[in-house]
Amino acid sequence: MASIEIANAVKSYGAVDVLHGIDLDIQDGEFIVLVGPSGCGKSTLLRMIAGLEDITSGDISIGGTIVNELQPKDRDIAMVFQSYALYPHMSVAENMSYALTLRKTAKEKITDAITNVADILGLSALLERRPKALSGGQRQRVAMGRAIVRKPQAFLFDEPLSNLDARLREQMRSEIRKLHRRLGATSVYVTHDQIEAMTMADRIVAMHDGIIQQVGTPIEIYDRPANIFVASFIGSPAMTFLEGTYEIAANGNAGVRIADGALIPVLPAQGATANQAVTLGARPEHIGIVGDDKGGIPARVDLIEPMGLSTLVHVSLAGNPVKIFTLDRPDFAADSIIHITFDMEKIHVFDTKTQLRLPPQSEPHTAKTA
Amino acid sequence: MNLSGNSPTQKAIYWGSHYLMIAAFVVFALFPLYWLLKVSVTPNDILYTEGVRMWPSRTTWENYTFVLTQSNFPHYFMNSVIVAGTTAIVTTMVAAVTGYSFSRFAFRGKVIIVALMLITQMFPLVMLIAPIFKILAPLGLTDSLTGLIIVYTAFNVPFATFLMQSFFDGIPKDLEEAAMIDGNTRFQAFRRIILPLTLPGVAATLGFVFTAAWSELLFALMLVSSDAASTFPVGLLSFVSKFSVDFGQMMAAGVLALIPACAFFLLIQRYLVQGLTAGAVKG
Repeated sequence: MASIEIANAVKSYGAVDVLHGIDLDIQDGEFIVLVGPSGCGKSTLLRMIAGLEDITSGDISIGGTIVNELQPKDRDIAMVFQSYALYPHMSVAENMSYALTLRKTAKEKITDAITNVADILGLSALLERRPKALSGGQRQRVAMGRAIVRKPQAFLFDEPLSNLDARLREQMRSEIRKLHRRLGATSVYVTHDQIEAMTMADRIVAMHDGIIQQVGTPIEIYDRPANIFVASFIGSPAMTFLEGTYEIAANGNAGVRIADGALIPVLPAQGATANQAVTLGARPEHIGIVGDDKGGIPARVDLIEPMGLSTLVHVSLAGNPVKIFTLDRPDFAADSIIHITFDMEKIHVFDTKTQLRLPPQSEPHTAKTA
Repeated sequence: MNLSGNSPTQKAIYWGSHYLMIAAFVVFALFPLYWLLKVSVTPNDILYTEGVRMWPSRTTWENYTFVLTQSNFPHYFMNSVIVAGTTAIVTTMVAAVTGYSFSRFAFRGKVIIVALMLITQMFPLVMLIAPIFKILAPLGLTDSLTGLIIVYTAFNVPFATFLMQSFFDGIPKDLEEAAMIDGNTRFQAFRRIILPLTLPGVAATLGFVFTAAWSELLFALMLVSSDAASTFPVGLLSFVSKFSVDFGQMMAAGVLALIPACAFFLLIQRYLVQGLTAGAVKG
């Protein structure tokens, strides 16, 4: 097992920069999830760690050794691909033992390793099968087994669950987590699915346009997103954003005045000035529905989405779509007017120009930003 | 869509006409081969006297005996095996590596190379005979099997490359990346993982090039003058003499020439069927 350090790594294809100076330290044994929309450079970064893409400039080291010039085979890493990439002409056992065979490991040792890993992954009965005779979930397991058998310095996962159906994905998510706890191996996991990122990561690395937007634990990222991108990308249903201007009253209370003139009270934000253009961000669970006489802001109901456990109420506020999460089971008629309030302790103020979050003055500035 | 209809009669008509059309095509395609066989076993003395008959009243093997024992045919035949076999192997090897690089790498000038290779396929070959003769003659490569192999290889490489490229395109890139991470260099990954998976493609390419070189007449006729370096299509012409055409012997030689091509296709047909349908089904 080993740590991975990435220092100012840049990747360009001709004149196009895909990654602009990535700095990231991954601790020994840590489970890191790189998350972001397609084209954000997360897979490229993973492939650079694997040695499948050249590094244009900067350094990547694994276990303290700079690996920039090393071939993938000399980096002692294992990778699980989205397509599983099992060798179709080899049996499950041969697929899993291939790397060991190439290293000329003794036969008994290979057999032991395979038996052991097949036990862990529940593949013992399938060892003689060819990949095409396996289901998607089984193929996924073989791909995992092929990685585990080698006892590599680090595991790299490239969207390994995207080809599975929802239920299996959920199951594999927890299995991979348990496996990580058991093996304690340094892991870098790429996904565009923010739920995978939230549920699996020790630390999440949120990426966008080839730049790391924020690094932090899932809860840090969820509760204190560094900017509008992270806030909108993490969390489902997604955060609501309302543009407005920042106002400070004589008594020090602050608020954001939105397009229809309503004032939404917020905690005084660090570095915000009166009349500054700001964007208010509120997660669906931080918006409440109140009785008509409780002083909420009026909003028109668009749609009610019952989800069993909870209900999502879509409303329009000054022309903006707003989503409200509630454990109640409201049955508002479409187009009826309801009143909503924002939890001022939990909602966020972003600088509309820089897109950065302006944390409340009460919060010490801890969130790491790029 | 249910083309075969629902009632038993509709089904019978649908499948009946289906097989009828296939049968008509097979007869149309194979009839010349049948005629080849028929004439080859017809004794010379009744070839013209019996009129047009589907099968002669007497058959004989004497044409075959003559071709095998008294003509130069076995020699032409060997030449053809050497030329077609070597051309097929060399072309397929070159096409495999070229096709792989076209499929996997982005490199400067790739578009130009592909365009040039396409352009070579556009010329009528006849145009090129004179310049090729001019180039080969000073090198001592006219009237030699080596010269023929070089020319055939050069002409077959572009198409074979595109064929191989399409087979490589059908194999996910992830596979050799997994192989590289498992401990191979890129070339080892190509040789140990990708090439075995491309065997159907290799077989299809071998088959295609072998048949093309096996039956090539134009260059074989123009570049080779001596009997020593003649291939069998040229050899067939030796049955045409000034005053007559020895059809029986010519046809017997033709039947014999079919044997290696058929044997070759029997050998590779298992891969070929896979190869020609590869990409149609995922798995």
